[in-house]
Amino acid sequence: MGRNVAIAGAGMSDFGMFSDRDSKNLFVDAFEEMRGSVDKGFDANAIDALYVGNFTNDLFVKQSHWGAVLADALGLIPKPATRTEGACASSALAFREAVFAIASGFYDVVLVGGFEDMSKRTTEEVTEGLALASSPYEGAAGFTFPGVFGAMATAYFERYGATREHLMDVTIKSHDNARFNPKAQHQRSIRQIMESRRKRAQAKGGPVPAWETEKDFLADAQANPPIAWPMHLFDCSPISDGAACMLLVAEELATSFTDTPIHVRGIGQGSGRALHAADELTSFEATRAAAQEAYQMAGVDAGDIQFAEVHDCFSIAEIMHTEDLGFFAAGTGHKAAAEGLTRRDGSKPINTSGGLKCKGHPVGATGVAQMIEVWHQLRQTAGERQIPNRNLQIGATQSIGGTGGTCAVTILERR
Amino acid sequence: MSESIVSDHAFEQYLAEGRLMGVRCVGCAAIWVPPRALCPDCHMGDMEWIPMVGTGKLMAFTSIFIGPPWMAQQGFDRQHPYCTGVVELDEGPRVVARIDGVDASHPEDIKIGLPLLVDFDDVTLDASRESLDASGPTSDLRPHLVFKPR
Repeated sequence: MGRNVAIAGAGMSDFGMFSDRDSKNLFVDAFEEMRGSVDKGFDANAIDALYVGNFTNDLFVKQSHWGAVLADALGLIPKPATRTEGACASSALAFREAVFAIASGFYDVVLVGGFEDMSKRTTEEVTEGLALASSPYEGAAGFTFPGVFGAMATAYFERYGATREHLMDVTIKSHDNARFNPKAQHQRSIRQIMESRRKRAQAKGGPVPAWETEKDFLADAQANPPIAWPMHLFDCSPISDGAACMLLVAEELATSFTDTPIHVRGIGQGSGRALHAADELTSFEATRAAAQEAYQMAGVDAGDIQFAEVHDCFSIAEIMHTEDLGFFAAGTGHKAAAEGLTRRDGSKPINTSGGLKCKGHPVGATGVAQMIEVWHQLRQTAGERQIPNRNLQIGATQSIGGTGGTCAVTILERR
Repeated sequence: MSESIVSDHAFEQYLAEGRLMGVRCVGCAAIWVPPRALCPDCHMGDMEWIPMVGTGKLMAFTSIFIGPPWMAQQGFDRQHPYCTGVVELDEGPRVVARIDGVDASHPEDIKIGLPLLVDFDDVTLDASRESLDASGPTSDLRPHLVFKPR
């Protein structure tokens, strides 16, 4: 890169379903938290430009042109504002553009973020809207997003001998992590959900479910109904509202904003084909390309990445991503999840935030929100979900758009 | 229908006529279904339409219990799921298609590798619906591929 880039501050709104907050409210929440996180303070007039990712607002909110709308809402007029759209990787692409802008020497201080406002639409409308990011052929054949990942799961099961039980390991771990994330949409462990439902059944005087283990609960089609088999409800990330943003600065300016800058060490982006034309049904070509680019730029390999936030829009996706990123060999990601390697205390913690599954997945916000979790972990500010007993120096994020058409990988470092 | 330009629309028009057509790159002989106007292998744009036999096998599938609104309008819901999947044609290319003639309510009994045959009954039905719809083609009304076990 021409110039190196550092993160001087970061913030996110609560993630969840908010009937009283619109896109601007959510982004302002994120902005205010970000401003508070810049240890030495900063003047918003110092922001040279805004890059913001959003996927569905044209459709769900009936409003386009969100770069300018948000620049106005944040009092940044007449600074340049650009919206990026790469489906669920939209803000990961905004981040990349912001890095380019600073690396080139064009800007010194850039605000980057993402947001999505989805919950005011019905589930069917959201399902149909999100499916716009798959290929036209998939839509015509009746595929939904969960359907594409469900189909990939059947191919993975067939090829590597995995079962739904391995997917449950991912879900249980995500819920365990999200217990300690105050921003998360779902903050209860599977155990806590089971207890609550048992109590509710008792209170109603109905039969009390006889689940013993978390997997009993997840195997119960009443408690965990199929959405796009083998994807059941607890394999799927929720419909969410939320926003996230970061202040990126030229590295040489970072210490005037904070004593604990986090450095952008590598970025990569790749593209992939539609499901029918994919080179593999059990892997994402775009992720493999993005990871290679990011690792090469950072001068690291998969073994150097201590922990990561990956795009678990569906449980099977987390397993595939951990393989595509090179953390585990192809076909072994499900075993790694079963062995606990991806838990917070495992050798390669994955999605300490609770992941998209539990933290929530306001799609345009997700890429930057993933980086915020890595930023917290590297700064040792992740609270009760902090990865224990580890000198954390390098973490990564991986975001996919659609059904793998776009992927961005980012490697962050604390020095 | 005479030789059409290579487009998704033409592919769908062929489907509506009960023909599964692909294209072959005149330069490198690669076959593409659905068609592509430019060969992604050799980047040449000289493609010719060729008919596909219409047989293949199931490579991946899902049973969809919550579909888009237009599938719900056709009577599919949690109690009446439908199956959709990836089919590898005997000529090599893969396509996505609805899979009829399998029990979508019991997806664990559907086997990858299942031999399949293209089924045009539903396709032509949907094509006739398109002409009735003044609001323009939406996903439900577009001709699409359907396969059934052979």
